[in-house]
Amino acid sequence: MQLFLLTAHEIHELLIKKEISAEELNKAIYARIEAVDDRIQAYITRTAGKALDQARAVDKQISNGEKVTPLAGIPIAIKDNICTDGIKTTAGSKILSNYTPPYSATVVKKLEAAGATIAGKVNLDEFAMGSSNENSAFFATRNPWDTSRVPGGSSGGSAAAVAAGAAVCSLGSDTGGSIRQPASFCGVVGMKPTYGAVSRYGLIAYASSLDQIGPFARDVTDCALMLNAICGHDPLDSTSAKQRAMDYTSFLKDDVRGLKLGVPEEYMVEGIDPDVRDLVIKAMEKLESLGAVVEYTTLPHTDYALPTYYLIAQAEASSNLARYDGVRYGVRTEGTGDVMDMFMKTRSEGFGAEVKRRILLGTYALAAANYDHYYLKALKVRTLIKEDFVQAFKRYDLLLSPVSPTTAFPIGEKMDDPLQMYLSDICTISVNLAGMPGLSIPCGFVGGLPVGLQLIGRPFDEGTLLRTAYTFEQNTDYHKQYPDL
Amino acid sequence: MDRYEAVIGLEVHVELKTKTKLFCGCSTEFGQAPNTQVCPVCLGLPGSTGVLNKKAVELAARAGLALNCQINTDTWFDRKNYYYPDLPKGFQITQVFQPIAVQGYLDIKAEDRDKRVNINRVHIEEDPGKLVHASGSIMTSRASFVDYNRSGVPLVEIVSEPELRSGAEAKAYLEKLKAILEYTGVSDVKMEEGSLRCDANISVRPSGSAILGAKAEIKNMNSFRAVQRAIEYEVERQIEVLEEGDSVTQETRTWDESQGITMAMRSKEDVDYRCFIEQEIAPVELTADWVENMRATIPELPDARRRRLVDEHGLPDYDAGVITSSLSLAEFFEATLEKYEDAKKISNWIMGELLRLLNARGMELGESKVTPGGLASLLQLIDKGTISNKMGKKVFAVMFQEGREPQQIVKEKGLSQISDVDRLAEIIAEVIGKNPKPVADFQSGKEQAIGFLVGQVMKATKGQANPGAVNSMLRERLAK
Repeated sequence: MQLFLLTAHEIHELLIKKEISAEELNKAIYARIEAVDDRIQAYITRTAGKALDQARAVDKQISNGEKVTPLAGIPIAIKDNICTDGIKTTAGSKILSNYTPPYSATVVKKLEAAGATIAGKVNLDEFAMGSSNENSAFFATRNPWDTSRVPGGSSGGSAAAVAAGAAVCSLGSDTGGSIRQPASFCGVVGMKPTYGAVSRYGLIAYASSLDQIGPFARDVTDCALMLNAICGHDPLDSTSAKQRAMDYTSFLKDDVRGLKLGVPEEYMVEGIDPDVRDLVIKAMEKLESLGAVVEYTTLPHTDYALPTYYLIAQAEASSNLARYDGVRYGVRTEGTGDVMDMFMKTRSEGFGAEVKRRILLGTYALAAANYDHYYLKALKVRTLIKEDFVQAFKRYDLLLSPVSPTTAFPIGEKMDDPLQMYLSDICTISVNLAGMPGLSIPCGFVGGLPVGLQLIGRPFDEGTLLRTAYTFEQNTDYHKQYPDL
Repeated sequence: MDRYEAVIGLEVHVELKTKTKLFCGCSTEFGQAPNTQVCPVCLGLPGSTGVLNKKAVELAARAGLALNCQINTDTWFDRKNYYYPDLPKGFQITQVFQPIAVQGYLDIKAEDRDKRVNINRVHIEEDPGKLVHASGSIMTSRASFVDYNRSGVPLVEIVSEPELRSGAEAKAYLEKLKAILEYTGVSDVKMEEGSLRCDANISVRPSGSAILGAKAEIKNMNSFRAVQRAIEYEVERQIEVLEEGDSVTQETRTWDESQGITMAMRSKEDVDYRCFIEQEIAPVELTADWVENMRATIPELPDARRRRLVDEHGLPDYDAGVITSSLSLAEFFEATLEKYEDAKKISNWIMGELLRLLNARGMELGESKVTPGGLASLLQLIDKGTISNKMGKKVFAVMFQEGREPQQIVKEKGLSQISDVDRLAEIIAEVIGKNPKPVADFQSGKEQAIGFLVGQVMKATKGQANPGAVNSMLRERLAK
């Protein structure tokens, strides 16, 4: 039995039947990390020792006959922009390469409270800025399906770790598609919950009004279990919604009869690889055959989403990243002149090219002379984009689309063309601008590379996303295919 | 008429009286060891997010209402971006676009003229940390240290319109503002602890001109008196510059208290703070009911109290003004009045002895030990003639220092007097009648026998006679 291929809910059965121990499981995952991570390079920091201690505690609980949660003992990888008390948290940046937070993000505390073990911290594009993981200051994570290709980004390490069996589940963050796109590229389930559904306390901010933490998993059931653990109001996060706790597994029903699904035609035309589009059409037909009503619809302001996103996200980023000045923590450039010189050299040397590009863009957008016609206008367009979704959700329970216009591209292909890289976010960014939940589920392969189907739901209606994804999964077998490593 | 007119606007930062900081649960207590009142939020650690302190919003609204402002029920926070080591996030969370309170006013009296000073806005913001330099300034010091205890402490900034015309008006404005903030419980308003700070924007222009001149912003004034002096100096300086045919430089200047001058600090080019809406703190939505509830918590303010002291207790307007300039003084006055009816006498003692001692020692009323009940008892002792007015001042100084009851002090220190000569004469006659032997001894030249007789009189008067007076009265009687 290859433990690293199992899902969390399958492992849980084995644990409570005492067929395996949490310690064995964690050792197996560590063996897998040792075996594959030289090729995948998902992990920045491995925390085997701590994970084994946590696993032994779970084993003790099980042997004492105590009830444990479905995630107890399950090794989970954490994107390295989510703070972990006493464990280095770099955000994929040189400027934080020596930074160990004195506190854990709320999501980490919740996972630990559920008994999950922390397998380690996984790679990302620096400060979550990128779609390929090539912007990490340390190394580029590889796609387990083809190690010459990118895993997607920015949560590429989180997606690759789960796809490679180097973690059972993982956490990522999604500002413009950073969970859904790598999930699509790596053939796993990835979900960006509704803005406010998951606490952002402890998530190193890129663009605060768009950032949301979410799970990666090998199937929809595990995704629901992860949501059960991480969702809920957090008094430490002012943007956290005051929602009641719910059991997301209650939505896992093999039944989409009567659901009305809309397919925004804007997401199905320009720039979408025909093979990817064909797989999405096949998925539409599949869901139709299972009893859903599927129609084309429209999100008329889609053309404005990309500029709107890049103005808002970069404006917020330029401010959010101002704190990395070398004064209190992180890497400081030594031997500088006065304090302004120290700020400038520290930031010039500490940030990578893409981060600097985005800080410059955002700084420009916020300049007093530009504020009204860039930032403020972007905020106004954002409300129009949101309104598109509100209108669509009056007629449809869910929207369907590709996640990314293409499959995983070769490492290096788009690094010299940032605009081309930005365009690959076209199907995902509106969802962040509107604050809706979005999920990526495997819907086939093109040339041996996975393709994801995106489901977009009403705010706080993660349930319908899970139900539809679960039904699709029960009637397909894409999630049962593993990369040959 | 003066050839020039000064145009002065004040920006006053006031620390709100909350137990915890604006966006985290850290204590705001003053004077603790550096960096002991900090957490991931007020240190701006990566990933931290703050949550708004509701008490700060209440206090800010109360300040706005007491300053006759309109309250914006849909208000939010913005970011002001700039780099400085005391600013842990690289931006300050403040209110730029939609402050909690706007368009108020404050009535002052200065140089014998009543004046209404309009207030542009009251907005909430967080304080940065505090820099300590090994020597000199941040540009010259070998090392600088940052204490983030103050980082995130809630402030309101109260911005006046540029309608003040002199240092005296500015001082009167600050005194009135301080009293209102003290009355409403918004702030401790202690300048020496930094809970009230004031910057002044000053320009001059030819009288009658409607065009504003280039302004200087003056910082580092540590008392109301310093604000007045700095403004007076700066106005004169700018007039001299203009008289010499030069133009005033737009700049930030610092007040040097010891030399009594302002000095150029940095040129004030228009800094672009790239202000934009704070997304991590949810907007504040207030209801009209909430505002009315806040309004209901505003106590009687200094002007109303002053009028009441004049109308109900017949105090001269000047006295009422002095007494109501501070909440603690006004409360002390009225508490004394509950036990002693002569308002003017109380006022004389508060304005005379109490303020004299407080000023001489640089103390706050709360730091002295004298109580309203104590003052009332003292005034009663004087009225009864137990002690003289002059002796009363000595007793008051002891009460101020030690806080005991005046009767006790009078007794211990033998300060009392029986001023009723007839009554004393009766007692002396009795003592002489009961003690024939010592009387005979004294009359036969035994000088020390007088001591015994004085003691007997003192005993009979329970110590309330003046021993010197008793001595001379005895000698007078026995000489007959």
